[in-house]
Amino acid sequence: MGHVLLMSVLFLPLAGALGLITVPGDRVVIHRRVSLAIAIITFLLSLPLYWLIDHTRSDFQLVISIPWIASLDAGFRIGLDGMSLLLVLLTTFTMPIAIGASNGIITKREKEYYTMFLLLETAMIGVFIALDMFLFYVFWELILIPMYFIIGIWGGQDRIYAAVKFFLYTIVGSLLMLVAIIWLGIYAQSAIGQFTTDFIKLRELAPSIPIETQRWLFTAFALSFAIKVPIFPFHTWLPDAHVQAPTAGSVILAGILLKMGTYGLIRFNLDFFPQSAIEFAPLLGVLAVIGIIYGALVAMVQPDMKKLVAYSSVSHLGFVVLGIASMTNEGIQGAILQMVNHGLSTGMLFLCVGVLYERRHTREIAEYGGIARVMPHFAVLFGLAMLASVGLPGLNGFVGEFLTLLGGFRSPYLNSWSYSIISATGVIFAAVYLLWMFQRVMYGPIVNPANENLHDLTLQERWTLIPIVIFLVWIGIYPQPFLRASASSTNAVVQKVLNYSVPLKVTGLTRQSSNSSTFDKPIKVSLHTERP
Amino acid sequence: MMNEWLCASPLILISFAAVIALVVDALTPNSERTTYHFSLVSLAIALVAAIITVPANGLAFSGMIRTGGAPAVLDSVFIVGGLLTIIAARPYIAARNFEHDEFYTLVLYATSGMMLIAHAQHLLILFIGIEVMSLSFYVLAGYFRQTVSSIESALKYFLLGAFATGFLVFGIALVYSATGSLDFGGIGTAIKNHTLTFPRLFPIGIALIIVGLGFKVAVFPFHQWAPDVYDGAPTVVTGFMSTAGKAAALGAFIPVVLDMISLDEQSVQTVLALSATGTIIIGNIAAVVQRRIKRMLAYSSVAHAGYMLIGLAVANHRGLTALVFYAVAYLFMQLGAFVVLAILDRDVERSVELDDCAGLATKHQGLAAAMALFMFSLAGIPPMAGFFGKYYLFTAAIEAGYTWLAIVGVIGSMISVYYYIGVVVYMYFKDARETIWATEMSATKRLPLVVTAAAVIVLGIVPSALESLLSSFWK
Repeated sequence: MGHVLLMSVLFLPLAGALGLITVPGDRVVIHRRVSLAIAIITFLLSLPLYWLIDHTRSDFQLVISIPWIASLDAGFRIGLDGMSLLLVLLTTFTMPIAIGASNGIITKREKEYYTMFLLLETAMIGVFIALDMFLFYVFWELILIPMYFIIGIWGGQDRIYAAVKFFLYTIVGSLLMLVAIIWLGIYAQSAIGQFTTDFIKLRELAPSIPIETQRWLFTAFALSFAIKVPIFPFHTWLPDAHVQAPTAGSVILAGILLKMGTYGLIRFNLDFFPQSAIEFAPLLGVLAVIGIIYGALVAMVQPDMKKLVAYSSVSHLGFVVLGIASMTNEGIQGAILQMVNHGLSTGMLFLCVGVLYERRHTREIAEYGGIARVMPHFAVLFGLAMLASVGLPGLNGFVGEFLTLLGGFRSPYLNSWSYSIISATGVIFAAVYLLWMFQRVMYGPIVNPANENLHDLTLQERWTLIPIVIFLVWIGIYPQPFLRASASSTNAVVQKVLNYSVPLKVTGLTRQSSNSSTFDKPIKVSLHTERP
Repeated sequence: MMNEWLCASPLILISFAAVIALVVDALTPNSERTTYHFSLVSLAIALVAAIITVPANGLAFSGMIRTGGAPAVLDSVFIVGGLLTIIAARPYIAARNFEHDEFYTLVLYATSGMMLIAHAQHLLILFIGIEVMSLSFYVLAGYFRQTVSSIESALKYFLLGAFATGFLVFGIALVYSATGSLDFGGIGTAIKNHTLTFPRLFPIGIALIIVGLGFKVAVFPFHQWAPDVYDGAPTVVTGFMSTAGKAAALGAFIPVVLDMISLDEQSVQTVLALSATGTIIIGNIAAVVQRRIKRMLAYSSVAHAGYMLIGLAVANHRGLTALVFYAVAYLFMQLGAFVVLAILDRDVERSVELDDCAGLATKHQGLAAAMALFMFSLAGIPPMAGFFGKYYLFTAAIEAGYTWLAIVGVIGSMISVYYYIGVVVYMYFKDARETIWATEMSATKRLPLVVTAAAVIVLGIVPSALESLLSSFWK
């Protein structure tokens, strides 16, 4: 039952895309409605997965394994754990919103557009549930093609430059990863006598690789993921891609594509190479802190709203990377939650910018002012998204950022408070650039006469924004269901790293990470109950 | 005795068909239609024969010819290439009012030459195969005999090719004088038993053979002829030359690596690895700056020969399997791209440039989608055939301890992505202009495209069928 469900969640969008290819391109209404329906059905099908997974187990569940390339033992292996479950749900949740928000906004070549989105959905879900390095790589690369077309065909003025840059950056990273994957397979051949790309087998073997080689492999994987996240200084493709992509493309890009990088860091770098991870943790931490501050400072001076949100992504993902680099339960759980949060709130910010752009066809902050007077409902929703992104307590962003900072404090690998202290200023900067932008756009008198007759949100826009708001509030008030899902898989990774941290004081370490402070009680409970 | 003839039937069928076509051509005027259909039918029959004889692995005709196994698989590849070329060529040459039946005859001859190479178990057979193939290609390259670029292409190819053949013959002579044998098996035994008459001549002979074959494949540093020749030749001919022709010449390397060089393996491996490095880097870098798609594909075909050379350089079974797999994948994707170009080409002198492709996707969706598929596959993006070819090759390289060679291949792929997706940029992202592309599509124009595109996808989704078949030949 669960297996069938997982397969259908993975392949329903692909089947839909193939089905829509046969429908002539001028039947646009069919393309719009069918693709939206498929995305919604996929979401509904993916919901039961939450309950079909035993959250107390840290191993993979609903595993399906079908042989594919026998000689290289590459198989069609998929399965879920708590972390991938959350990201799959984020994907299936975001997709209907992205497709729904495109209705009426995309006017050329709609058939290809919706086909690309459905193809993208299968590839993204595939990345999160692949349990075979080879399959993972195939899905990882498969994402490039639809995203490349989405930016290149339906993007803004400089779309070609942005699309090519996006493609080249990503492929450079991923080809290095390919070499590392093959190297791992060859290592397996010498260790267990069979070339394999089976994730579970390699996970057992990888830590026994000599540390010198491990460093190289860690670097190859990390580089590929760092470009995707993007971690400073590999972030330069992101503002271009975001600004040029159509609104729905930005939502998917920020909401899900970037998460593939951070997901990969946890799933492969930490799990495969715990020793190297310990060595590289300070470097990752420093880059994360630079990203947080740099992204925030650059965002502050942007005259273009979309670019501002794009740079805020660099800053926000810095928190995720900091949480990962801390390699503590709090940090990684916070990172996973922050991935979901960022997907929701930044996705919503992009939608809001899109709402304004559709009315005025400009994203210049200076062009607006006093919009709240003419669009009061929009002002409320935009404000919520903005506050969630700032990290206001009571909304989702706070929980994730708080946990990652906590992880940074506690981490025995980073072993310094300075990471978290400097990063915490990023929260203040976020408040500065987002509130300032909001104030300039929404408040004050209407100086530009073009803004006087803007109509408030349409029904379609409400339908795309309100579902996100539910989750913004839900995670902010009661993050328990989300944290519970990722708790055991996080704990498994943390324990694994801990086991390889022999030179460090192991006893002090366990005490430190289990002894949570008093002001995060609900979270602490979840962390403790899941601990074996 | 009968069995021998049956096992070698694909080779014999095509050779006779070529002779018959030539005679029919000489005796009957205006037999273009007849020759066209005759070539198609004979190639189709030979394809069936080749597929049937795959299990008939063995030697025939006093050990001169190898039958079944890998040669039979290569046969089917060459035949499919020939079939697609003939089908794509007819509307192409018809559009230029240059329909002569020798075109099809020459394709048949070239195919039989390639098959001889694949079947060769004897240096003389190998040499005859290479000559039959090369001579047919010299003429095919100059098929548009009233066009300067076509004549230039043929002349360059012929002069340099003849020069390279000299190296090959001299190499064969030296190997014979060193070992007293022209038979691959005999040479291998002589090396193993250290019964060389003139041991010093042997490495020189092998080196000359490698130079001669390296020229035919167009590997660094013998690649300079390739861009001009490929660019000037008729587009459909270039497609055939740069895929099946290249695969055949690489196939000629296999016995050299497999049977003949156990004497001084390490040095030959190093030479091949360095040559592969140069070929990959130079081919890819030169392709980046090209505006004319045909010339870009010509340079990139040099780079692809470099990737395939990795399979030879690592000299293990996985490498050879990967090499043949890549050759098959490459045949479909490169030939497909050339079929698209042949449809788009209007001018005999000047092939389509990137600018001419602007907005192609809005006018000819199917054509643009097919071209995009071939470009992504050539760039090595999964899940297309080209990716799996590279995956197998790099795996073989890393397995043999040549991690650096795999990294060179990866760097080459990174560069290649730039110019391959450049074509997609023009087709899909730029707005249409006044262009020269073909207006009407027909079933015969579509057929080769559909076949190659389907092959690229199928090989990408189920690569293991072909791969496991190939790897069984070298175990």
